[in-house]
Amino acid sequence: MVRIFGPLIGLFFAAALLWSFGVGAVQQIREPDPSTAVKDFHLDPKENVHWTFEGPFGTYSNRQLQRGFAVYKQVCNNCHSLKQIAFRNLTALGYSPAEVKAIAKQWGTKAKTFDPKTGDTGDRPNTPADHIPPVYYPGTGNPPDLSLITKARHGGAHYVYSLLTGYTDQPAALLKKYPDSKTPDGLYYNPYFANLNIAMPPPLTDDAVTYSDGTKATLDQEARDVAAFLTWTAEPEMEKRKQTGWPVVGFLIAATALAYLSKRNIWADKH
Amino acid sequence: MSFPWAKNYKPSHPLMVYLDEKLPLPRLIYNAIGAGYPVPRNLNYAWNFGVLAGFCLVLQIVTGVILAMHYAANAGVAFDSVEHIMRDVNWGWMLRYAHANGASAFFVVVYIHIFRGFFYSSYKAPREMIWLLGVVIFLLMMATAFMGYVLPWGQMSFWGAKVITGLFSAIPLVGTPLQQWLLGGFAPDNAALNRFFSLHFLLPFVIAAVIIMHIWALHIPGSSNPTGVEIKTESDTVPFHPYYTAKDGFGLGVFLLLYCTVLFFFPNALGHPDNYIPANPLSTPAHIVPEWYFWPFYAILRAFTSDFLFIPAKLMGVLAMFSAILVWFFLPWLDTSPVRSGHYRPLFRKFYWILVLDTLVLGYCGGSPAETKYVLISQIAATYYFLHFLVILPLVSSIEKPQPLPYSITESVLGTDALTA
Repeated sequence: MVRIFGPLIGLFFAAALLWSFGVGAVQQIREPDPSTAVKDFHLDPKENVHWTFEGPFGTYSNRQLQRGFAVYKQVCNNCHSLKQIAFRNLTALGYSPAEVKAIAKQWGTKAKTFDPKTGDTGDRPNTPADHIPPVYYPGTGNPPDLSLITKARHGGAHYVYSLLTGYTDQPAALLKKYPDSKTPDGLYYNPYFANLNIAMPPPLTDDAVTYSDGTKATLDQEARDVAAFLTWTAEPEMEKRKQTGWPVVGFLIAATALAYLSKRNIWADKH
Repeated sequence: MSFPWAKNYKPSHPLMVYLDEKLPLPRLIYNAIGAGYPVPRNLNYAWNFGVLAGFCLVLQIVTGVILAMHYAANAGVAFDSVEHIMRDVNWGWMLRYAHANGASAFFVVVYIHIFRGFFYSSYKAPREMIWLLGVVIFLLMMATAFMGYVLPWGQMSFWGAKVITGLFSAIPLVGTPLQQWLLGGFAPDNAALNRFFSLHFLLPFVIAAVIIMHIWALHIPGSSNPTGVEIKTESDTVPFHPYYTAKDGFGLGVFLLLYCTVLFFFPNALGHPDNYIPANPLSTPAHIVPEWYFWPFYAILRAFTSDFLFIPAKLMGVLAMFSAILVWFFLPWLDTSPVRSGHYRPLFRKFYWILVLDTLVLGYCGGSPAETKYVLISQIAATYYFLHFLVILPLVSSIEKPQPLPYSITESVLGTDALTA
């Protein structure tokens, strides 16, 4: 039975697939998939930036993370939340507990309070235990929470850096080939953004922030720093992970070598 | 399993003698994976993967049970509870990466185990039951992995759940009510997330039960081997312990080395970035793709683009995708060649390697965006996939002239056997 029905079913599926193939191929020849502005002009993230946290030995640079935090605080935080991060986490950037306390206390948006006895709502200064207060944005577009942004985009930190430095005028060649694809009013052309037109105005400029460590705040520097900072917010465990990985791998190499020798010894008379 | 020369368990310590009378658990272990189980002496490293698969299941259960202590299966907080595990639970990031990459490792190991079975025709008599149980395990694994991927409640979790449960809506008449019944709603939401969590916790233990039957069935005829020639005498075998415990120990070391390298240095390489975006029913991702281990089957699903003989393309795709695995159930009766091992089947061997390549091509297409070129390639690759199992295998079995087999396992290892000399 199996040897009669099996081949029949196999031929049935094969016929259905080849039918789909034929229909699809004919259609493709008659009317090839149209090329689109996105297909022609979208760019993959630039890979030319070196990050201190790259590679199996890479670590974060605290000075860079602090600069990146300054960029987030002074610029990004106007529209973007960072809700996975609590103020207490900032000690990982090299701030002392007292500094973290001060940062939390002076944060612009206060923590919300609710009194269950009276039903009154109010606010109070943030403490290190609080998460960074959410940002509510009423304007065009939906600014995503940035806590995990480098893990949530292909290219990670390279993507964030490329997007922030990638704003440009819409190429004339694009408008010539796709006259309907003119960037709509209120949006901005950015070839690193998935659909080329992003609602976020260019957020960074030279000297958009003042760095306390004296580094010159160029657009490029700010973009690098905030991309590094957002890599930390997405993967705060990265340094510990790599530092744990090395002894684990070292132990496993030794254990596997011993296991191999033991296997060879046991099998010596059986080959 | 009992060959006449199998060693007998003889407890010497009084406590072990006592235990053997009341509850002979040590005897069971001794006969299952100890010196009491004679195994062909010529097993190559392809035979390591059964033990590795068992190890992966234990790894997944241990990490999974601990993760479940910290995870909250509620659509409102599931995503944040996973981030809580990653950030606030001691070593939580390691547990979660171990579990997520553990699923990938499990599938890598099981795919090699299955393709070992294809090459050496491990499904042939007297081992059909082992094979059938193995396919059941694989189906359970797919269900478990799918539901586990929904739990973090990211974009791919949500849209993957929507697409996969949507497959049931292709069934005529009862499809849409069935899909709504499965989800407990019109779209994936809290009801779906909760039942997926419940089943994701349950199914691994069902898998463990089927694995026990898989191994039980294995111990009746004993392991097959690379020559496919059955065991004749004691010199064809070695006791499982210490020979294969040592060999499996080395294999486990190599496996852990690769697994830990991914876990500690590339923990997100096998995942999709979109799953770090919280689930949003109002925003469809540009490309919905499942985890890599489903890609070949996803390519088959998407390969049906035109209605055929009044059967809707979507229904054909669903039927074909499930058939792509169900066909494995019939392998023992489709491949009728009396020779088991691919080493002695020159024609079969060529088609086997085409199948390996074909599956990789299907996997590549399944992971790519649904563009015309990938769909056209998967249509050809899927055609071969079905023809291979349902037409080529029966045909090859009847026309192929196998190469001569060695007299015995001993002869294949030593070049000579005392029995033939």
